[in-house]
Amino acid sequence: MKLKWTYLALLTGIAAFLAGCEPLLVLDPKGPQADTTATVIWISIFTMSFIVIVVLVMLAVILFKYRASKQDPDYEPPHIEGNKYVEGIIVAVPILIVAFLSVVSTISTHQVESPPEGYAEDEPLVIYASSSNWKWHFSYPEQDIETVNYVFIPTNQNVEFRLYSHGTISSFWIPQLAGQKYAMADMTNYLNVVADEPGEYMGRNSNFNGEGFAENEFAVTAMPPSEFDSWVEDIHNTADPLTEEEFEELLEPGHLGQMTFTGTHQEFKPAPEGENSPHNHGPSDSDEDGGHHHH
Amino acid sequence: MDFLDRFSIPPHDDPMLYASIVAIGLVSIAIVFGVTYFKKWGYLWNNWLTTVDHKRIGIMYIISALLMLFRGGADAVMMRLQTAVPDNSFLDAQHYNEVFTTHGVVMIFFMAMAFIIGMMNFVVPLQIGARDVAFPRLNALSFWLYFAGAMLFNVSFVVGGSPDAGWTNYYPLAGTEFSEHVGVNYYNWALQISGIGTLMTGINFIATIMKMRAPGMKLMKMPMFTWSALITNLIIVFAFPVLTIALLMGTLDRQFFTNFFTTGDGGMDMMWANLFWVWGHPEVYILVLPAFGIYSQIIATFSQRNLYGYKSMVASMVIISLLSFMVWVHHFFTMGQGAVANSIFSITTMAIAVPTGIKIFNWLLTMWRGKIRFTTPMMYSVAFIPLFTIGGVTGVMLAMASADYQYHNTMFLVAHFHNVIIPGVVFAMIAGLIYYWPKMFGFMLNERIGKWAFWNIVIGFCLSFFPMYITGLNGQARRMYTYSEASGFGPLSMVSFFGALLLAVGFVIIVYNVYYSFRYAPRNVGDDPWNARSLEWATHNPVPEYNFAITPNVDSEEAFWDYKKNGHDLFKGEIKDIHMPNNSGWSIILAGFFFVFGFFFVFHVWVGVIIAFLGIIGCLIYRSFEKDDGHHIHKEEIEETENKFGGAK
Amino acid sequence: MKLDSQNLPLEYSTETNKMNILGFWIFLSAEIMLFATLFTSYFVYVDRGVGSGPAGAEIFELPPVLIETFLLLTSSFTIGLAVHAMRIGRVKAMIGFMVVTLLLGAGFLSVEIYEFIHFYHIGATLQTSGFTATLLTTLGTHGAHVTFGLFWGIMIIVQVLRGGLNARTANKSFIFSLYWHFLDVMWIFIFSFIYLKGMM
Repeated sequence: MKLKWTYLALLTGIAAFLAGCEPLLVLDPKGPQADTTATVIWISIFTMSFIVIVVLVMLAVILFKYRASKQDPDYEPPHIEGNKYVEGIIVAVPILIVAFLSVVSTISTHQVESPPEGYAEDEPLVIYASSSNWKWHFSYPEQDIETVNYVFIPTNQNVEFRLYSHGTISSFWIPQLAGQKYAMADMTNYLNVVADEPGEYMGRNSNFNGEGFAENEFAVTAMPPSEFDSWVEDIHNTADPLTEEEFEELLEPGHLGQMTFTGTHQEFKPAPEGENSPHNHGPSDSDEDGGHHHH
Repeated sequence: MDFLDRFSIPPHDDPMLYASIVAIGLVSIAIVFGVTYFKKWGYLWNNWLTTVDHKRIGIMYIISALLMLFRGGADAVMMRLQTAVPDNSFLDAQHYNEVFTTHGVVMIFFMAMAFIIGMMNFVVPLQIGARDVAFPRLNALSFWLYFAGAMLFNVSFVVGGSPDAGWTNYYPLAGTEFSEHVGVNYYNWALQISGIGTLMTGINFIATIMKMRAPGMKLMKMPMFTWSALITNLIIVFAFPVLTIALLMGTLDRQFFTNFFTTGDGGMDMMWANLFWVWGHPEVYILVLPAFGIYSQIIATFSQRNLYGYKSMVASMVIISLLSFMVWVHHFFTMGQGAVANSIFSITTMAIAVPTGIKIFNWLLTMWRGKIRFTTPMMYSVAFIPLFTIGGVTGVMLAMASADYQYHNTMFLVAHFHNVIIPGVVFAMIAGLIYYWPKMFGFMLNERIGKWAFWNIVIGFCLSFFPMYITGLNGQARRMYTYSEASGFGPLSMVSFFGALLLAVGFVIIVYNVYYSFRYAPRNVGDDPWNARSLEWATHNPVPEYNFAITPNVDSEEAFWDYKKNGHDLFKGEIKDIHMPNNSGWSIILAGFFFVFGFFFVFHVWVGVIIAFLGIIGCLIYRSFEKDDGHHIHKEEIEETENKFGGAK
Repeated sequence: MKLDSQNLPLEYSTETNKMNILGFWIFLSAEIMLFATLFTSYFVYVDRGVGSGPAGAEIFELPPVLIETFLLLTSSFTIGLAVHAMRIGRVKAMIGFMVVTLLLGAGFLSVEIYEFIHFYHIGATLQTSGFTATLLTTLGTHGAHVTFGLFWGIMIIVQVLRGGLNARTANKSFIFSLYWHFLDVMWIFIFSFIYLKGMM
């Protein structure tokens, strides 16, 4: 048995070492949403380590103490049915732990599903992020521009990504800024993202969607609002307008580099939300798709 | 070529694929040749292919499961090899997708399911002192339908067009719009056919356990494995029809152009995910509860103590089975159902940790004050406790919805579910197989070689999967066929690959152990080589056809222990003629028609479908009119057999 | 042959028979899950899966549905009578009632086929929308069960005619009656929650 524990210790050591030399993306948050999830993850890691250690210690002690080779050959183990106090404890302790984690889970889930604290009152920057095999299209309706496979966002502002897909289910994920959410063809999902620090972040589709899945990434650049505004202006001066024909071509399966256009495809191919939802055929339903706004 | 084009089978352009096809072909020819050469067709047909004996059916399930383990394991090694270094080109994206899809489907449906059902087949009737299951013929049909499904799925690999949409097979990716070729049709039909078999197993075992227990064996005196089997089969009966409908809808979408899961005309891709996981989460417990049952038997035996907290063990399984139907949403917290729904399912999911925790502590307390012998089955069980605890607590971590937004679809998730399924299910099945090996074949597997395999498997497991927790947290999505060097996933992925190799070596050692022990192990192991406790050990090794010469009279959940130590009289009656069911080729023929039916349906060859369908109907009509009252084994014959074993029990 | 309280009815008379009946009840609970899944899916698609196709209210017609309901409910009654006749040992009456049951079942199927053709003509096919697909799959699954029941019933009648009433045939007939009642119950659900709710 010793070999195993040495080995496990070694492995934990390696893990700690690796974790030490470069922070893991998910645990290196650069915005309040990812910060919340990182905190939750650390809380759960500590709580769970406690359980694992308790079980390991109990197991080690029992194996050491009650192994046959250490005992009198005549020893006959007793018949023990169970004990209500012992069993009470092994029910109560897990319940307490689960109750604690349930509270953490519920609070944090509500937090990451809303605009981060301090940003609730501000008007968010709306960006539609839609996926097609195997690309991401970003429409900025307010700024009237569209990009492919990269997205620029201003720092310290709530960005409301409206996610949907032109086909397969994909999942929009920027590990350092916020947890992921699905982009689907028949429903628009909403993800609030704030970047605290300027920088380049990896974004990708994390939900398997066919042959080009591995390369289904996009680059996120967060920059101060003034830079963001001049970037928008630049694009209006340099980029070509996006036509419906051209957009249909972009949707063809394959990989494209980064591209930039003026205008957005929302004008001729709107997102599946509100009255454009395929599952919406009456006013009573609209609440469901827009329900996110009622925080 | 027209034929292939018509069904959009992707062309074979990979030498690996040709190599595998040749290998499969050669093995098949070798088997046919070998059986012919040794003139064993008659033996094979009379004793195995037509058998209705639960023990032989169990063994056939287990052999098939092991074959599938190697098939799925080869896929796993290929995946780890491809991802061992950044930007590798051993497999291209399409092949990688086919390989991981096949790996998942084969391991869950055709390995793990077959293994637990095989184990239940062999053990449950013995543990309750029955002659066979309630419906022996149906049981054979269950096996052959499973086998037909498994073969149909594997044919896809040879004919071309393996499914490539993941074992979860999410639409619209799995629909014809994005997966034009026949792959997913194979998925639908293979799972549908073997699913029917599984459902019948469920019905069969509930009836068996409810009605055929030995006199005196009240429900609360059943051995723990039988309890786990009962609850598992209840889950099967309630969960599998959901899969049946989901697969039917998928088939209609793909082959009859309906709009269940499409992106237009009212189709809802989210419905597939929901239906799949309404079946899929209970499926997890279908797999793991029998494993818990096996561990309960083994830990009690080798601690030489009774199982601690019998009642709470039963209660926790009942609670788990109920909760298992209330947590499916946690498989897609990220679908946008909002904070309230996610919080609720987050809590129901974490609640499962409570009954599971009770079980872990009960096993620990079973060893407490025991006299622990480190046999191979016990070593797997001892390794299971901490490893499964780690798998369980990472499950709780995943259950926290907000954090799941970061874990979902990553290697962290992959690490978690392998961390529960491998120590939970696979270790249990290996341990169970070694434990019951003398009962099946009358000799023991070599302990020394077994321990070599154990260490390889345990260390290989840890090396394979623990690094994935870390790469997952570092942003590695699952199912990526490659990654860049800059991502930093390289070193740990290499560790994983090395671990996969160790696992593979471990399984090869197990096979060698079977060969070695078959040749050299002594055959005089007696009836109780482990100093066991429950009723199945009260009969001989290997078990005679009729199980028990005299139906035992049971008074506790450890009937055999009481018989040995407390002088309980198990066998009160005297030997009488025993009524047994007859063998029948009906099941294998009917399942053969199902195979043909499925195969032609995959390719829309309606003439073939109709002919096979008529064959199925013909078999059913034959069965309806057949009169088969079984046969009797005569008293003298039983006495002779019993004497050979050294006296009647 | 009169039954006294000590003797079990013929269909329960052997261990195998009892086992078969228990097994069939377990099978029926699986069937309930099967239909429950279809109903649940239906409730989702009826609201959200209509797409550009017709909604339920636009395609449902009351008269054929009422006829179907009447035929199937009556057949459930007649199969009950058949079992009663079996229990008092009147083979001819039993077969008579079974034949009536199957005829009513065939009538039900004919009307259902008419209804499907009607759906087809007004543009509500299997392919039209998620809603029509679920509707027709649910009705079709039930209809396929009835069709299977018809053939099964014929097999049983033939066996009773050939071998008379014994533990085996009584067992089969009884199990068949369970199946038939079950289909009737499922139809009541279809009638209430698909048709009536859809037409309101």
